[in-house]
Amino acid sequence: MSETPVTSSVSKGCFVFKSTSKKRKRHVGVGGYLVDGSDDNGSDRFRICQKLWETVQMNTEVIQDQLNKHVLDSLVEFIKKHDLGNSPDVWRQRSSEIPTAALMLGVNVPDHAMTFRSLCNLLQDSVTPFVVSVHAKECAAVKLLIHKLLEQLMGKGVSVDEEQEDETALLQRTQCTISALCQWYKTVTKKCPQVSPQRKANLKNNDLPRSLPVVVIFKDFEAFNSQVLQDFILICSRYTQELPFIFIFGIATSPSAIQHRLPHSVSSLLCIEVFQSLSCTQHLASVFDKLILNSQFPFKLSSRVIQVLVGIFLYHDFSVQNFVKGLQFSMLEHFNGQPLSVLCCQKKEALLFAKTLSQKNVERIRHLPSFMRYVETQEPQEQVQLLTSDEHVKDTCQKLLKNLHKYHKNYYPILQCLHSLTSLLPKFPLGKHIRELHVSCIEKNLWETEEYDSAMQLLRILAKDELVAALEKCAEILKSAKTKRMQNVLQQVEDFIGRLEALEGVTSEESTGDGVILEKNRRTDLFQLQKTLLEKESRRTKRVNPYEVLRSQVIEFIDSLVREYLTPAELQPLSEVCYYSSSAVLRQRLNVSPRTSIQTALSHPFHYLQNESLKTNAGTISSAAPDLCIVYKLHLECGRLINLYDWLEAFVTVMSAAEDQDADSEEKGKFDSLKHARFIQAVSELEFLGFVKSTKQKTDHVARLTWGGC
Amino acid sequence: MTQKQPLEVRFVADEDVLDHIVEKQQDVKAADGSVQTLVTLKTPQKSRRSADEEEDEEEELFDEQNYVEVLYAGSQDESENAVVAAGSSVFSFQTIKRGNKMAQMASELARTPGKNVSFCTSDTNGESTSKKSANQSKTPQKGKKVQFISTTPHRLRKRLTAPSLRSDSDSDLSPSNSEDDDDEEEHEAQKPKTPSKHTAAALYKTPSKKSKKAEDLVEEYFEAHSSSKVLTSDRTLQKLHTPQLDRETLLRLLSENTPRYAEEIQQLNAKHEKNFQQWMMQMHMGFNIVIYGLGSKKLLLEKFCSSLLSDCDHVVVNGFFPSITLKAILNSITADVFQHEGSFRNPGDQVDFIVTALREDPSNHVFLIVNNIDGPMLRGDRTQHALGQLAALPNMHLLASIDHINAPLIWDQAKMSMFNWLWYETTTYLPYAEETSYENSLLVHQTGALALSSLTHVLRSLTPNARGIFRLLAEFQLENKDNPAYTGLSFQDFYQRCRESFLVNSDITLRTQLTEFRDHKLIRTKKGADGVEYLLIPVDNGTLTDFLEKNDVE
Repeated sequence: MSETPVTSSVSKGCFVFKSTSKKRKRHVGVGGYLVDGSDDNGSDRFRICQKLWETVQMNTEVIQDQLNKHVLDSLVEFIKKHDLGNSPDVWRQRSSEIPTAALMLGVNVPDHAMTFRSLCNLLQDSVTPFVVSVHAKECAAVKLLIHKLLEQLMGKGVSVDEEQEDETALLQRTQCTISALCQWYKTVTKKCPQVSPQRKANLKNNDLPRSLPVVVIFKDFEAFNSQVLQDFILICSRYTQELPFIFIFGIATSPSAIQHRLPHSVSSLLCIEVFQSLSCTQHLASVFDKLILNSQFPFKLSSRVIQVLVGIFLYHDFSVQNFVKGLQFSMLEHFNGQPLSVLCCQKKEALLFAKTLSQKNVERIRHLPSFMRYVETQEPQEQVQLLTSDEHVKDTCQKLLKNLHKYHKNYYPILQCLHSLTSLLPKFPLGKHIRELHVSCIEKNLWETEEYDSAMQLLRILAKDELVAALEKCAEILKSAKTKRMQNVLQQVEDFIGRLEALEGVTSEESTGDGVILEKNRRTDLFQLQKTLLEKESRRTKRVNPYEVLRSQVIEFIDSLVREYLTPAELQPLSEVCYYSSSAVLRQRLNVSPRTSIQTALSHPFHYLQNESLKTNAGTISSAAPDLCIVYKLHLECGRLINLYDWLEAFVTVMSAAEDQDADSEEKGKFDSLKHARFIQAVSELEFLGFVKSTKQKTDHVARLTWGGC
Repeated sequence: MTQKQPLEVRFVADEDVLDHIVEKQQDVKAADGSVQTLVTLKTPQKSRRSADEEEDEEEELFDEQNYVEVLYAGSQDESENAVVAAGSSVFSFQTIKRGNKMAQMASELARTPGKNVSFCTSDTNGESTSKKSANQSKTPQKGKKVQFISTTPHRLRKRLTAPSLRSDSDSDLSPSNSEDDDDEEEHEAQKPKTPSKHTAAALYKTPSKKSKKAEDLVEEYFEAHSSSKVLTSDRTLQKLHTPQLDRETLLRLLSENTPRYAEEIQQLNAKHEKNFQQWMMQMHMGFNIVIYGLGSKKLLLEKFCSSLLSDCDHVVVNGFFPSITLKAILNSITADVFQHEGSFRNPGDQVDFIVTALREDPSNHVFLIVNNIDGPMLRGDRTQHALGQLAALPNMHLLASIDHINAPLIWDQAKMSMFNWLWYETTTYLPYAEETSYENSLLVHQTGALALSSLTHVLRSLTPNARGIFRLLAEFQLENKDNPAYTGLSFQDFYQRCRESFLVNSDITLRTQLTEFRDHKLIRTKKGADGVEYLLIPVDNGTLTDFLEKNDVE
């Protein structure tokens, strides 16, 4: 351990270090690497983090399955349909057409892997054992593609007897052809019913040993070489009689990609049906619902962190996987960096931990900004107690934790209600998606914003049927909420709905009543009539429609709910325990631009090296800067090509200005060899970084690879 | 920003636009000042920073109003404006460049800051600083704080301000730079010539090919984008008294050079080392770490290995090594880590083997440390794909560094998701001593020696006749060194000459000899347009001359 291993050599670029001690510490317990390992609860924190991460993974998988269920089911339907349509007549008609499903999956290719995996499993379970999925990477030529196909099929299909498998393995090396596959397929399907009982069970409803289709999944259709695809399809179409192929194209862009890649003569051999998978934004929305807008999930993200994550999703990759990765990273950071995160778990557990807080942690609680704010609002006597007695802090802490949990339990139903109300409004003043509403709610007092005012104004002119529908939706949401307060709210909402519905009768009665009044007064004279009409007029303006009265009551009620329950999370005492808020760190880890950092280091070395002599004015650089910075600065003044000699001369000028004043005596063309060496080093470093490269265009010149600059 | 003013369209002359831009430029600067204070908060001492952190946070909150802005925050600054400006400067338009620009810049640099330290004793100090202030009065930010970090290129700013101040002393655009510079000197400050000025004037002798005075930015823009001519001087390194430094001298000289700012660099690196524990944890959680930033990161990674990985299997790969291959990396994993004997048909199989081996034994953790995963030999799509496949394994941990400014381009979406990177900025300012020690393309200074020694070594082992053959070719090549169209000596000609000097007796003997040369990479053959084979020694003329001289002595 003491001697540093040698990892530089002129003949080798790869060095292996085996662990010396045979009883190596296998997986030291990752909790050990948590910052603050000295703290007793490190392992607890790690355990909680692990557990939460598992829930996240499980939930995302469940969500994925749910979302994909529809499209996968319809795919299976499609395959089954073509499978059944195998009866000779139908088959003959479109003898050379291969049924093809074009599966639109959205632009984020890495996310597709999960979909394909579940598709494969589903097909193998319910339709056919012959499922092959191929990647464009592995299939640069038709030969390779067919090889891959045979390998996957034959490797799987005949696990029955070993010898034969070996034989086929030999076979596929020498001659990989579809006709070989045909032979194999025939033997297997003949043998099939007798060999595998469970497959037989699947087939039971079909008396005839129907031919199982061979499903070929092209995972990334766009990436395939179009010539390879064309050839493959042409070959396959020759064999449709013997081999019931079915293709599935995984397409990231649009169905027209097929037309772009395949000429008409080839695409006419396919019988294409398009399947649209759910868009990734919908996917994200459901992940959001499940993981972030859920009181059961104790770990929370602050508004800015959400903004960063959603921003990366919307502006960079559309990848739900990356979003979940961001969530995982924030969790890790939170549990790593915040010792009090031990309290960030389910209520019961958290209360238990709160009881047994160590003294250090009690002190940490006292220093939480939100807790300090809380202390300030208390009575003086209470304040003293909170600052002196550890026990009291623990008790208060439990109380506050309970409150925090309660806050979350009430927060989300109300948030959903508000969203369901405001998402009806034109132009979505509070955001189209619930996440936008959520972000603005936890960030600041929602009711102080302009958007909220305008939303309320729009709500005030809502028609009755719309209002009733919205309130019914709210009631639906509130029904699932468990707390007493929410039940209360539900009661009130239902009450409102009842009254609104009752209004129906009232308003109609009113109008007929009016008619009656007019009828009665018909016999009066002109003056009387004028008087009554005026009276009525004034009465009408003064007296509002009972619906309007009720509506404003409803709005007021909603407003009061918002003010009560949708308070910013930061204001809740102990919110730091659950909320991860350092968006800057998140950005630095997930969304960076390395080039900016390098260029800053080159042009403003003071930013990193805090030495007074490096402070410079804009645009200039002191000769005190590192050599590399000076050389960089000088090269910025050049065009496409840089003369090395001039560059060196300029460099030496800068250097000698810093060092001595006897530059006069310096003979032209004769430089200090140290400076020369430093220049050489700096230039080769600049080349290494990719700013310049050597060129043959002119002797002793290098080409610049960047433009402009600072 | 909703503007409810009525829309008005009118014709605006170019000059007006220019003035407008200049004003705006100044406005922006003034406005930036307030943000700039934010930056200065973090630059000084750490203690002050922590005190102001909360304020900072709030400021940041305010800045992050919309998503796009949220995204564009570089690592170095948390204040938005500075970063956005940085982005625009990193990817800016091409500006017009002149051959002697660098020399001017150098003399300017020599006059400006940094001399507070070294100049204080000399009597030229007063002048150089007065000159500096005279220079500065042309630029708008005269009264700015010292800490002001503008991201506008100096040149550009100078050019922008020039028209508005009606200053015709702007030397950038004048036809004859040396004269103009003298004028400038004279009317700005009537003073004795400073030494730096002297050097500067000497530098200005480069031929300036452009003589058109371009006043307009517009014209200049088109000029910059139309010229395909190379406007640099024709001087070469041959003019130097010591044109070639060989490798040993170079290393000796550099080792004598005392590194500057050692203390600051040390601090910087100590800061990075604090992350080690965190890296370890994050790698165990399935992330992989990539570190970037200026300066060699090899030392840092070595420290990481020695401090944390001594008990684990780890493989260190030098991506900058010129002949590193994917096969070498995979072989060292399969052969040395898994003790697998036998070979693989292709890298794909080998990767599959590693994948299954690690899947079977989840408690076996292997760390792969790659210095410069963006190295020239590892950049390829297949290599990165294979590395990505390895990195995606839960018990294979990858820690890599990148240095090239365009390094992230080697990863597309799919690879990114395989690598699952977490990025750490580790600017170390350490010299890339080892990383650049292999490369010899740019530094003519080094290649000569190496090629020469290899030439002599190979030639020494040849028969006198063979040596004669090679010599003949070398001499012919040197005779033609001034002929740019020289493609080589045709085989027939060569044969004729060899026969004449009794070196070979048949066509076949010569061919055998040439094959030997070719195997040792002494010559290269090229098929000409007429189908004839041309022979060429792929060594530059200077080295060849040296070689012949040396040979003569022997």
